[in-house]
Amino acid sequence: MFDGRVLLKQVILLFWPLISTWVQGAEKIDSCQLQVLEMLSSLGSAGGKSAKPSFVSYVTPEEIKSEKEPSRKEKHPDLLPGEVVFCSASTVLKYTQDDLSQRGVFGVLLCTNFRVSFVSDEEPTEEMVRTLFKNKLYGENDIPLSCVDNIYGDKRKLITGGLVKNKYPSKMIIHCKDLRVFQFSLSFSKEEDAKKIFQGIVHHCLEPKSLRCLFAFSYCENTSPNRKCVGGLFTKLLRKKQTVMFDSVEDWTQDMKRTKGNCRVVSENSNFELSPKLPQYFIVPKNVSDEDLTKYQGKGLPMWCWSHHSGCALFKTASIPLVQEDNVCCRMLTAVAHNHLYSVKTEDLSDTLPTVQDILLSYNKFKQFFLIDNTTEFWMSDMKWFSSLDNCGWLDIIRQCLQKAVEVVESLEKENTNVLIMEEGGSDLCCVVSSLVQLMLDPYYRTLLGFQSLVQKEWVAGGHAFLDRSNHLHLKDKVESQSPVFLLFLECVWQLQQQHGPAFQFSETYLTVLSDSVHVPVFTTFLFNNDGHRDSLLRAESPHTQRSPLNCPTVWDWSVQFDCKAQDLFTNPLYTEKPKQDTSVRKSYRPRHLRQLSLPSSAFKTPPKKGFFKDEADNLKKILGVKRLSRWMLSPSSDSPQTSSSVREFYEAWQTKPLDYHGLLLPCLDGPSIRVWMQRYLRWIHDVQILGGGPVAMLSKVSEILGEVQELQRQLDRHGCTLTSNHKGARPRAKTAAAVIAARSSVRLSSSFPFVTSRNWAFKPAIPTSLLQSLMVTGMPGNLADREDDGGPESLV
Amino acid sequence: MGANVRKRARHGYVTPLLWPSIGYFEFNVMTCLNLLTAKDVTYICPYIGALRGTLTVTNYRLFFKCMDREPAFVLDLPLGVVSRVEKIGGASSRGEVSYGLACKDIRNLRFAHKQMEDSLRKSIFEILMKCAFPVSNGLTIFAFEYGQVYPENGWKVYDAQAEYKRQGLPNESWRITKVNDHYELCDTYPSTLVVPVNIPDEELKRVAAFRAKGRIPVLSWIHPESQATVIRCSQPMVGVNGKRSKDDEKYLQTIMDANAQSHKLFIFDARPSVNAAANKMKGGGYESEDAYQNAELVFLDIHNIHVMRESLRKLKEVVYPNIEESHWFSNLESTHWLEHIKLILAGALRIADKVESGKTSVVVHCSDGWDRTAQLASLAMVMLDGHYRTIRGFQVLLEKEWLSFGHRFQLRIGHGDKNHTDADRSPVFLQFIDCVWQMTRQFPAAFEFNEYFLITILDHLYSCLFGTFMCNSEQQRVKEKTVSLWAYINSQPEEFTNPLYVNYSNHVLFPVVSMRHLELWVGYYIRWNPRMRPQEPVHQRYKELLAKRAELQKRVEELQREVTNRSASSSSERAGSPTRSITPVQTFV
Repeated sequence: MFDGRVLLKQVILLFWPLISTWVQGAEKIDSCQLQVLEMLSSLGSAGGKSAKPSFVSYVTPEEIKSEKEPSRKEKHPDLLPGEVVFCSASTVLKYTQDDLSQRGVFGVLLCTNFRVSFVSDEEPTEEMVRTLFKNKLYGENDIPLSCVDNIYGDKRKLITGGLVKNKYPSKMIIHCKDLRVFQFSLSFSKEEDAKKIFQGIVHHCLEPKSLRCLFAFSYCENTSPNRKCVGGLFTKLLRKKQTVMFDSVEDWTQDMKRTKGNCRVVSENSNFELSPKLPQYFIVPKNVSDEDLTKYQGKGLPMWCWSHHSGCALFKTASIPLVQEDNVCCRMLTAVAHNHLYSVKTEDLSDTLPTVQDILLSYNKFKQFFLIDNTTEFWMSDMKWFSSLDNCGWLDIIRQCLQKAVEVVESLEKENTNVLIMEEGGSDLCCVVSSLVQLMLDPYYRTLLGFQSLVQKEWVAGGHAFLDRSNHLHLKDKVESQSPVFLLFLECVWQLQQQHGPAFQFSETYLTVLSDSVHVPVFTTFLFNNDGHRDSLLRAESPHTQRSPLNCPTVWDWSVQFDCKAQDLFTNPLYTEKPKQDTSVRKSYRPRHLRQLSLPSSAFKTPPKKGFFKDEADNLKKILGVKRLSRWMLSPSSDSPQTSSSVREFYEAWQTKPLDYHGLLLPCLDGPSIRVWMQRYLRWIHDVQILGGGPVAMLSKVSEILGEVQELQRQLDRHGCTLTSNHKGARPRAKTAAAVIAARSSVRLSSSFPFVTSRNWAFKPAIPTSLLQSLMVTGMPGNLADREDDGGPESLV
Repeated sequence: MGANVRKRARHGYVTPLLWPSIGYFEFNVMTCLNLLTAKDVTYICPYIGALRGTLTVTNYRLFFKCMDREPAFVLDLPLGVVSRVEKIGGASSRGEVSYGLACKDIRNLRFAHKQMEDSLRKSIFEILMKCAFPVSNGLTIFAFEYGQVYPENGWKVYDAQAEYKRQGLPNESWRITKVNDHYELCDTYPSTLVVPVNIPDEELKRVAAFRAKGRIPVLSWIHPESQATVIRCSQPMVGVNGKRSKDDEKYLQTIMDANAQSHKLFIFDARPSVNAAANKMKGGGYESEDAYQNAELVFLDIHNIHVMRESLRKLKEVVYPNIEESHWFSNLESTHWLEHIKLILAGALRIADKVESGKTSVVVHCSDGWDRTAQLASLAMVMLDGHYRTIRGFQVLLEKEWLSFGHRFQLRIGHGDKNHTDADRSPVFLQFIDCVWQMTRQFPAAFEFNEYFLITILDHLYSCLFGTFMCNSEQQRVKEKTVSLWAYINSQPEEFTNPLYVNYSNHVLFPVVSMRHLELWVGYYIRWNPRMRPQEPVHQRYKELLAKRAELQKRVEELQREVTNRSASSSSERAGSPTRSITPVQTFV
């Protein structure tokens, strides 16, 4: 039956955000609005049957309603600037995931232009209020709209955007991209409320929308700079300055100088005249002419990534289209080779690494192991855990990326050849591999600020299509391009960090939070496809010429999400700064404000690192002594088995040398060494929380003593001041996670720290269910399982 | 063997097996017989390749040194580790003959040498066969000859009376009985037993008649507050006809009554129910809930020693010498090793949970009560009692639950016995240590000992250097004639101490027994693979910080002294002020 009602409903749904804003925004509901609302609700009931409450509770719905109704209006989360509530429903039951008993808490479920939010009717206990690691943007019961991964209805039926009929399920399960799982029962809510909230959530979370609808835009419009900077402005400015954004010629020049690269900074694209797809600024080999730049609009241009101290460098490029004039490819390679001074190795990543679709498929399988709806299911899956891990292939993809990076490192470090990595588009696996190579070779990138600069350089300025890869907008034509490439990179970094903890200044928690932040649609870092895209949107967003372009926060502005104390958990207490041999030289380079924050070297004033970037003379020797351009395109397929064994040798040779955390780092790629990122994937699963254990038990102890050492150092400095006239000023109080963690008894912390604070003091261990089925030992030769313990009856004494 | 040259070291400083046992050893310091030295022997290392050097065999060890490499390559293993020696190939392969040594510690060794002197070949093989398997050749195991003197007598670590006293025993419900003083009640049990006060020794004998091998239910551990107990025993001799024993039933009732907090008793049968039932055919079985009122029987589904042995064999195939990268996890799963670990841990967890959260006494048994029962009872006690997580407490635990309660080490390990296919061998104790290691992974600050401590215990499980793991029972173990492993370990405790240890006092540890949190113990099973370099960066960093703290504390004190001196006499020169030389501590945000 096709009638006007359906059409009308679709129209209303289409304008749903508008309508609901208007309804919510109005102080009083006038008659006109009432009419619309009535129409809406009648539409809802006409299409769907009223859902029977299939759920047995210890409180009858009537009781709840009469009790909770009055407080309904006040229940909403603390809205962010620019945040508007679209719709809400009261007496929604949120199941507590922790057990199978179907118990839960009642509250109000809301959908705003930023998040889906559940506000419990129960007063928050004090323990929950003092949550240490509180995100300022969203709480533990909030799901940013773009963090919603999948929504399931009754009988675990997947809800897809366009197909929402006039019904609503009695139970709604939301899987989040940060791997949280929420289960709501709508059976106790008023029918029209339930319908509204369900349709609202589905609409805003799953259906296509325009980029401007993302919360970042309304958030930024409503946070003027003078609003934001209460108290934290100074530190914020400093922070911003210290992460190199690679949005200016100076940033690029500085980075090239730091690594002693010898290339050309291109600023011709500062207004995206060459191509909107190219970065605003970038670096190419010296020999690339202006003509080359303009002629091909940058296609196939070798982009400089990093220079090795030997003088050779890493470049990346979007694959050179074969149809173009034959000599382009040659010319570019010659350019990379610095006029034949170095040999060049090219590596087509599309041939040797999985495609972005493979990555997505594998990750989709992998994440299912952690999206746990109930305990039984969890313990069932536990039995086949290892083979499932193998089958989904995710860890293998991580291994392949790391291996490829090691191959590139080998070429740079051992063979001193230039390396040009390429793939179609040049901004996915190229970013993964080039960033990993730099992390392995350059200790600067293992500092917190260095790492952030690296992400800016390779991913943000490098033009990784964050928007398309995350598909925040749920565009149908972008479904194909969705892929967790950046997460794959973070996974690889985690592996490195896991194997060489003391080499990294940032912590595991930092990486986990960064991986979550991708799905918080507030930060400009992750919202666009490239520089040009970002520029056009942020500029166009300010219609009045007198207003400056929108100034959205970047993700590096961590104070937007976390207060200082929580940010302390981003640093790794195991990290040891490079021992300074020549402190006097270093000090003169170091600006005062940096010293006061006790920050490691910033890219701006970093002195050349002795021992790593060797002296010029060394460099010259290399240049004079190098082989002529010897190799052209190597065929990777024929090369790969050999490469893998050479990588093995390279690793073994490196391994026999003493480990220097401030030098070259290589990952071990053998089976047991590539592991699952427990913190990220297991943090929400109650059954696998180790109460009183996990890495935090170890780190808190280290932090504690580190705090003591620093305290003693301060005392020494104080005494030094009183004793000597030529003191250097008291050291600022260095913040460490020590104070934070040590304050709580580590006995009480769990392996999910800091993401879940155990509220469940009456801790019961999780006893696995149905254990025996897993062991198929009966089929063994000689049926060992049936035999007696003492070697069979014949040997029984 | 004849009158070989006896090379006794003049004094006895000893470096026992070090980990990894490559490249450490000062030879010639051992009190042992040098039986053979052969030059130009090739060791075929699966990782480095062929190495040519000198092979020495003594009555304790095999020692191979290759000087061609820098630093010199040294292979040093106690012969007790060897489970099998075999000749590989004949004279055919380029005039070389080779031997393979299969080891109990997850590795195989291969040696080869030119065939020229056939006598040499014969002698190497024969001497290896003789010395690696002294028991089969009517010789004594080296542990009984080893005469090292340590500052502490390791056999004094465990004193049953003292340990029970620590637990608050005897008390109004439990007494210490001397009925087994001469191992007459049960020859595989210790002489000191804790039983309910109300049961006289005569009745104990009647209970013993109903329990397999006379292993009656006795107390292992008592909860300091709730008085819930962990009781261990062997299976009841129920048989096909469902025999009952009034004495046994009364005995268990008394055990339950000793705990006022609960009117229930949990009986954990470690076996799968099928196996338990199958045991009835041989006179054994399990407690029926009809006969034992208020008792609840739970099967823990842990497999027998044969399944475990097979699982370890498969594991060795997967991890040694090389790991296949691509299907690592599937291959690991196919060995079932971690599944068995999970089941054992899960069983212990259920026991600990019943005792701690349920305040209920538990009875644990399997068939004979010396394999799975030992695993479960001791693991549950590690979870429940922080004392057992200290270095000395853990030694007590092993002495008590494993050695005194008659885990048959001689039989399960096969010390000095060439019969490597013996069906009595099984990695039961290895599994227990693995489970403990899994717990130290989950609770990195809850154990006083480190990974090296556990590895050292396992190394000396096979080494035949110490008497600790010799024999099958307390009765057989002749303490005076051997040196205890604890003597060595306690002579240098700092080697085995976990610097991160926090005394959790009465905190109960409940490990997570999900596969997600279990992992293969790379540091033990894959330690021979040089690519898997053991790393303990946290411990290193922590030790650095400890040293730094000590240094700074000293300086602060010095300065404070100087300040007071100066305020006393304000005239002092500034030069030489210690602050000048201070290198700043590296701090970070």
